[in-house]
Amino acid sequence: MYVAIVFLPLLGFLIAGLFGRQLGPRPSELITTGLLFVSCLLSWVAFSQIAIGSAPMSVPVITDWIVSGDVKVNWALRIDSLTAVMLVVVTTVSSLVHLYSIGYMHEDPSRQRFFGYLSLFTFAMLMLVTADNLLQMFFGWEGVGLASYLLIGFWFQKPSANAAAIKAFVVNRVGDFGFALGIFLVFYLTNSVAFDQVFAAAPGLVGKQIHVFGMNVDALTITCLLLFMGAMGKSAQFLLHTWLPDAMEGPTPVSALIHAATMVTAGVFMVARLSPLFELAPVALGVVTVVGGITALFAATVGLVQNDIKRVIAYSTCSQLGYMFVALGVGGYAMGIFHLFTHAFFKALLFLGAGSVIHAMAHEQDMRNMGGLSKYIPGTFWMMTIGTFALTGFPLTAGFFSKDAIIEAAYAAQKPGAVFAFLCVIVAAGLTSFYSWRLVFMTFFGDEKWRHAADAHGHDAHGHAAHGHDDHAHAAASHDDHHGPSPDHTPHESPAVMMIPLYVLAVGALFAGLAFKDFFIGHGFAEFWKKSLFVAKDNNILDAMHHVPHWVGMAPFVMMSIGFLVAAYAYVIRPGTADRWAKANPLLYKFFLNKWYFDELYDFLFVRPAFWLGRLFWKTGDGRIIDGMGPDGVAARVVDVTNRAVKLQSGYVYHYAFAMLIGVAAFITWYLVGGVR
Amino acid sequence: MVIGLTQYLVVAAALFTLGVLGIILNRKNIIVILMSIELILLSVNINLVAFSTFHGDLVGQVFALFILTVAAAEAAIGLAILVTYYRNRGSIAVEDINMMKG
Repeated sequence: MYVAIVFLPLLGFLIAGLFGRQLGPRPSELITTGLLFVSCLLSWVAFSQIAIGSAPMSVPVITDWIVSGDVKVNWALRIDSLTAVMLVVVTTVSSLVHLYSIGYMHEDPSRQRFFGYLSLFTFAMLMLVTADNLLQMFFGWEGVGLASYLLIGFWFQKPSANAAAIKAFVVNRVGDFGFALGIFLVFYLTNSVAFDQVFAAAPGLVGKQIHVFGMNVDALTITCLLLFMGAMGKSAQFLLHTWLPDAMEGPTPVSALIHAATMVTAGVFMVARLSPLFELAPVALGVVTVVGGITALFAATVGLVQNDIKRVIAYSTCSQLGYMFVALGVGGYAMGIFHLFTHAFFKALLFLGAGSVIHAMAHEQDMRNMGGLSKYIPGTFWMMTIGTFALTGFPLTAGFFSKDAIIEAAYAAQKPGAVFAFLCVIVAAGLTSFYSWRLVFMTFFGDEKWRHAADAHGHDAHGHAAHGHDDHAHAAASHDDHHGPSPDHTPHESPAVMMIPLYVLAVGALFAGLAFKDFFIGHGFAEFWKKSLFVAKDNNILDAMHHVPHWVGMAPFVMMSIGFLVAAYAYVIRPGTADRWAKANPLLYKFFLNKWYFDELYDFLFVRPAFWLGRLFWKTGDGRIIDGMGPDGVAARVVDVTNRAVKLQSGYVYHYAFAMLIGVAAFITWYLVGGVR
Repeated sequence: MVIGLTQYLVVAAALFTLGVLGIILNRKNIIVILMSIELILLSVNINLVAFSTFHGDLVGQVFALFILTVAAAEAAIGLAILVTYYRNRGSIAVEDINMMKG
């Protein structure tokens, strides 16, 4: 069964990828989607078995996968509670995204490729979460990176999509470099990469020093920091976050998949899986906490002012990932995973809802050109509202339980950086509420701006195409007049195949928290997790978070209400207030709008020097020196010599005769002077 | 003055040099080149006959007769090529014949 869960998506990918052309789009869609649903069903079966208490196990696939010297790596599927949770999250979201894509991508000419990539993506993520050793995890890790590259650059006709795909790939390489170094270090320290051996050896490594660059550093701390660097890249944490918003260049279902279930959750999962290592490295955990806190706050501030509907949600994901890392950092691994679990539902819901809005608006993504849509697409409106309730942590929705738990844990934790992280997340909670409701109000309430925008649209239709404004560039290119709603075009509700996933996810967004709270972070904690998450003896965060002062428990709700009221005031009660605020604080507004100028900073610090260095090596190093001295230089000299030799061949008989004569004369002289021997 | 071997050889050498100069210096007419080649052959013939008489060996004079025959045949072939060339190209000026230029 477990093997089937993991490899059915691979089968779907192979069928759609190899035979998609022969099968045609519709059968490819049905096969990949069908296989994913089977996989999803099996995952829920596996989850229920684990939840009611079957023991963790390891399903061997290939024994002696790699044997080289001391390195012996088996390929096995590690099935425990953590894996089961991730299986459910990944396959559920992925199967719904598959289903949704049938509707969303219905006019795309290369759907087989798209569905193949989606299945490959899912397979890679499943490979990652079922990994039994670090090498296997690295395989899935890189597979996810590859698939994300392919999917973000799916519309490869668009230069911006290609740039975003390359950016995602390169930024992830930075993190993967750290991850790979971390794996090497783990092997160096424990002589194994299999989780069981590594975890068994971990307590013996406490306090061990290793010698790096002339300094003695704590072995576990440096290992965990390197591993966390990988997690930062994959999960788009502060400093390595720049690829995530640009990943919006991909089709919207891909965004939902990347942001909700696969890819970005890999880092959170990895830290939770390696909790036996991280738990023993308090300094590394402090770094995790601080980075998570900064990310939560940073992404929320940027999300406040973005105008692209998908970008707002993208920064929201970034921010929520920060929450998860704060939870991991203060030792609440279960809370981090719980938030991952609930977040998957409401973030997928929000993204697919945004896709539905974009679909209804005929590929318009700028919220300034929306408004008043609740009349036209009520189904999508309600689903988005539910998603927003869950994201902002409205009581009894999914986000309420997980997010408040994180905030309380951050307050209760006595760990380095926890106070800072608590302040970050509590402020971010208010900002989250503001930008989420801002999105809803700008999209579904107010004037029907698209009626006026449609007239002006023809003029600036391609003006802001640069920032991923156009989701269907090539489709729009074929019938350009269809781009953006025309005055006589009213937004229409999406087809059922797109709405059903929304309804399913909405159920999850509403009830996933209530239903699973006890298992994940409540009284069922020990029975549910069964030691798949390691908690040190002195780590009593789960108890401590229940004993926080009353005001801490209330604070998230208060912040959420403030955010909601401010958004309502600025966008519904007194429309135009937001513009006035922006005008009053132009510096701050620009700072947030340009994402704290991170892209510009990185462009200055890394991209330009890299280009300069590359150009130096290319033009000067290779072109001038190697080619100039080597092949090209030799060839040029040969040509010079032959050009002169050619001049001798005048073609006149008497020249040749003269040359003969000279030669004869020379010979005769030689023999006359030297004598014939 | 006794006309000995030396005088014959001097005449032959003078004729040979004239022939060579005729080939090298001539820029006008290709027929002149043919004539110069004949001149070179004849100078060699004079050498052969002179040495033959001097040594009292008739073989040299027989060779001279053969060379005359070959020279006649060569002149005929050369002239024939010239005629064909003129038909094809419309010119037998030496400057125009440089198709073998590199």
